[in-house]
Amino acid sequence: MTTATRRTVLATAIAAPFIAPRAGWTQAGSVKLGILQPLTGALSQDGEYGRIGAEIAIREINEAGGIRGMRIEPVFGDARSAPEGGVAEVERMQAEGVVGVVGGFASPICLAASQAASRYDLPYVVDVGVADTIVTRGLRNTFRFGPGFGVVTQTALDNLSALNDAAGKPARTVVLVHEDGLFGTGLARLMNAELPKRGFEVLETIPHPSPSRDMSNVALRIRALNPDLVIPSSYYAEFALLAQTMQQRRIRPKGIYAVLNGAASNFRFVREFPEAAQAVMDCNHWADPRKPATARVKAAVEAMGRFWLYNVALNYSAVQLMADAIGRAGRPDRAAVIEALAATGPAFTSHIMPYGPTRFVNGQNQSAAPVNTQVQGGDIKVIFPNDFADARPIFPVTG
Amino acid sequence: MRSYPPEIVAEVVLNGLLTGSVYGLVALGLTLVYGVLHIINFAHGALLTAAMFGVFVLHEVFGIDPYWALPVMAPVFFGFGYLLQRLVIGPAARGDDSNILLVTLGLSIVLENLMLAVFRSDTRSVRIPLANEMLEWGPMLIPAPRAIGFVVACIVAVLLFLFLARSSTGRAIRAVAKERTGATLVGIDVAHIYAITFGIGTACLAVAACLLLPSFYVNPRVGNAFVLVAFTIVVLGGMGSVPGALLGGLFIGVVESLSGLYLGESLGQIGIFAIFILVLLVRPTGLFGAKA
Amino acid sequence: MRAILLFAGIAALLPVFVTANTVLNFAVFTLVVALAAQGWNILGGFGGQYSFGHAAFFGTGAYAVAVLQMRYGLNPYAAFAAGIALGAAVGAAIGAMTFRAGLRGSYFALVTLAFAEVFRVLANSLALTGGAAGLLIPLDVRPENFQFASRAGFYWIALGLVVLCLLLSFWLSRSRLGAHLVAVRENEAAARALGVDVFAVKLQAIALSGAITAAAGGFYAQYFLYIDSSIAYGTWISVEALLAPIIGGAGTVFGPVMGAILLHALGEASRHLFGRIPGVDLMLFGAVLILVVRYPPRNLWRRS
Repeated sequence: MTTATRRTVLATAIAAPFIAPRAGWTQAGSVKLGILQPLTGALSQDGEYGRIGAEIAIREINEAGGIRGMRIEPVFGDARSAPEGGVAEVERMQAEGVVGVVGGFASPICLAASQAASRYDLPYVVDVGVADTIVTRGLRNTFRFGPGFGVVTQTALDNLSALNDAAGKPARTVVLVHEDGLFGTGLARLMNAELPKRGFEVLETIPHPSPSRDMSNVALRIRALNPDLVIPSSYYAEFALLAQTMQQRRIRPKGIYAVLNGAASNFRFVREFPEAAQAVMDCNHWADPRKPATARVKAAVEAMGRFWLYNVALNYSAVQLMADAIGRAGRPDRAAVIEALAATGPAFTSHIMPYGPTRFVNGQNQSAAPVNTQVQGGDIKVIFPNDFADARPIFPVTG
Repeated sequence: MRSYPPEIVAEVVLNGLLTGSVYGLVALGLTLVYGVLHIINFAHGALLTAAMFGVFVLHEVFGIDPYWALPVMAPVFFGFGYLLQRLVIGPAARGDDSNILLVTLGLSIVLENLMLAVFRSDTRSVRIPLANEMLEWGPMLIPAPRAIGFVVACIVAVLLFLFLARSSTGRAIRAVAKERTGATLVGIDVAHIYAITFGIGTACLAVAACLLLPSFYVNPRVGNAFVLVAFTIVVLGGMGSVPGALLGGLFIGVVESLSGLYLGESLGQIGIFAIFILVLLVRPTGLFGAKA
Repeated sequence: MRAILLFAGIAALLPVFVTANTVLNFAVFTLVVALAAQGWNILGGFGGQYSFGHAAFFGTGAYAVAVLQMRYGLNPYAAFAAGIALGAAVGAAIGAMTFRAGLRGSYFALVTLAFAEVFRVLANSLALTGGAAGLLIPLDVRPENFQFASRAGFYWIALGLVVLCLLLSFWLSRSRLGAHLVAVRENEAAARALGVDVFAVKLQAIALSGAITAAAGGFYAQYFLYIDSSIAYGTWISVEALLAPIIGGAGTVFGPVMGAILLHALGEASRHLFGRIPGVDLMLFGAVLILVVRYPPRNLWRRS
């Protein structure tokens, strides 16, 4: 490489961010929507599925004629699994004139990105991020369609009690296993406070790092404690390891009741570890099995050769929500969209989540809730609440 | 700190030894590369990931069992490592420490993202019948893949030690490690030796990948989880020492296991680093190392 | 010296001419990394003691700002200053232990990495640092509260810090301490033989280094308002802090700043060009890194 060429390359590299991005405002006939996901880095697995969900929704909406005749033009952003990446992408999307942003996935990214968006009064719909702080900061631009952490835990506890009662109270002792990050630790703390009030005894709480190179010792301690129930709250890899180890060593509690678990309601896990996955329950985000749109979206995902995941359904629904609000606002104006979002009501039905009528208070959808699923015969069924169930629970697990 | 019954502690120690043997194998490659080339190979984790994807592809596409893949993977990765050092790292580094750092870092970024682009980010596992076999030893159950891993890792370490001690190439490698200029003067092709050493390092990773995959998983980031531990073992065992790497691996495996038991798996991670810091402060050359 | 003032003057005018927040945000983040890199440069560039664990200082500054503000009600500026002092103290502590034991080269580098990891695990477990949930600094946009409505405010403060460090590095390169530091870098035994108090020199370097990188961490916390253990003590910042000076010229005054700008600009450029398929843009980034080492631009910056 000659000196001159090298200098040119370097000069271009330095100049690149200062060159104005494509002039931003919407061209006649289309609306720009920002889709923010962690596409590279530690969270890339989930980020990609989130993007798929958004893409399917956008394609369906456009094929049906768009929002009041205007096509949705997606602006994809890669948060690089870091909050500053999310902020940088929001700034870029803002400059390109998006009418709103959907996504984020991880709570730290959602926190930083929605805050950056609030400077421009840019509507931001969180897809997954469960931290309660996301909707308690008083930011009027931030909305979350899915449930927050507190609701998930409360529902998980209520449903567990209901399940246990319905089966004749076979379970009393519990071992908690959780990833040592934000949601795992918070969940464990809440569980430790609430479970005893409902007649359960927590024998031990076992945190573990992600990634974990080995889960044998965790399995060993579970075997030694011999609890009725194991409540694991982990990401995909660690739970797959734990479930496989437990199955190998014939450690069979009366039930594995996962909460917000990365593997328990993941078809890849079910396909790759059929024996270990059988009868595992999860209290997690999940699509409504009764809605016809769910089967359609699921088929679209599987046609791509990918697995069906809660993340896809949540992002699909979040994009539908944003599109619905833009339609009701009548024009691609950010402030109007924020107002429309806040006013979303029972008429919004194009989502595929098992929620009641939509109602936002301080940006949080009040009817959002997780559901209980269980792996049965190689399929993931909804077992609770009965309104959305498509199978009966297998509990306690015997044999 | 609560106390546990002896059976549990015994099994925890055993788990530590089994895990530690694989750590040792991963550290073997790193310690040789450091001992001879005096470079800290930042691409070690990415190379392990690449090896695991290699084993994965052999299984999924060609139906080759990970253990049978060993005789294929080891030579292929030896060649890969040889070429990497000879054609990419060596010429770029020109002996400068900071250059090597940059090149291996750049290499790790390229490799990790190449795998991300090709394989996507999903976490995948292989299913082999052997994975569910359990060996019984008294009251303890040992999964067959981990037992096999332990045995093979020890064999590889012994073979490597003998190779370095007895063969002429091994002697050349040790000569270059000790005194590079002198080695050049007696006619040893240093660049070739460097490349061979690097190749041996990646071959060790290939073996580790074959042993690891049946009881673990693979995704573009999987190797990173082992790198920090590998570095710790290399320093602990003494840079360039093969027995140091294996014994250091076993030691660290047990330390990790025990501190996980008594402090919790999360806080217990401190155990590894605390030992690491202590050993360095007290005996900087590591347990088996030569003078730094 | 003139170069520093020229740089400061031009850079200060940026927000006047460019109001696009994409650019300002990019600039602020780049300056934060540049600041952390300048800290690394004191110890690693001038002093030749490569550290792989500068996250230990970055995170200390970040958590100091967050914790002192939220739990003890300290004014953010005071917390920021306290964070800097804490960074120096942590640097001195680590230095005292490791230099006393005679750790050098790769051993020193890896031990700093170990310290950073220990801090990370501790921060993730202790209630003081918010444990795994991290710390969210409440949004309260007032200049007295170290939160600015316009990104320009953050930009100028970050720029001010970077310029201060440029001056500091310049002074160091001309001072006796700096000369001793370079002597230790080039040949420690010879320096000792010549009467340099090697231990004291290294200790001062690491304390200074820790203070500067802690400032970067504290600023990061105020800008993004959310930190957790992987953000504050993660390896990402250790890598950034060492990559920038090495690329830009370790041991030079402008090296860390130029390196940070170059690396981030390169990252943005590759993202613009190849953003569609995840991973391709970073692959390009890594490839360029290798190529730059293979075919280095000569004499891009003069060594001072």
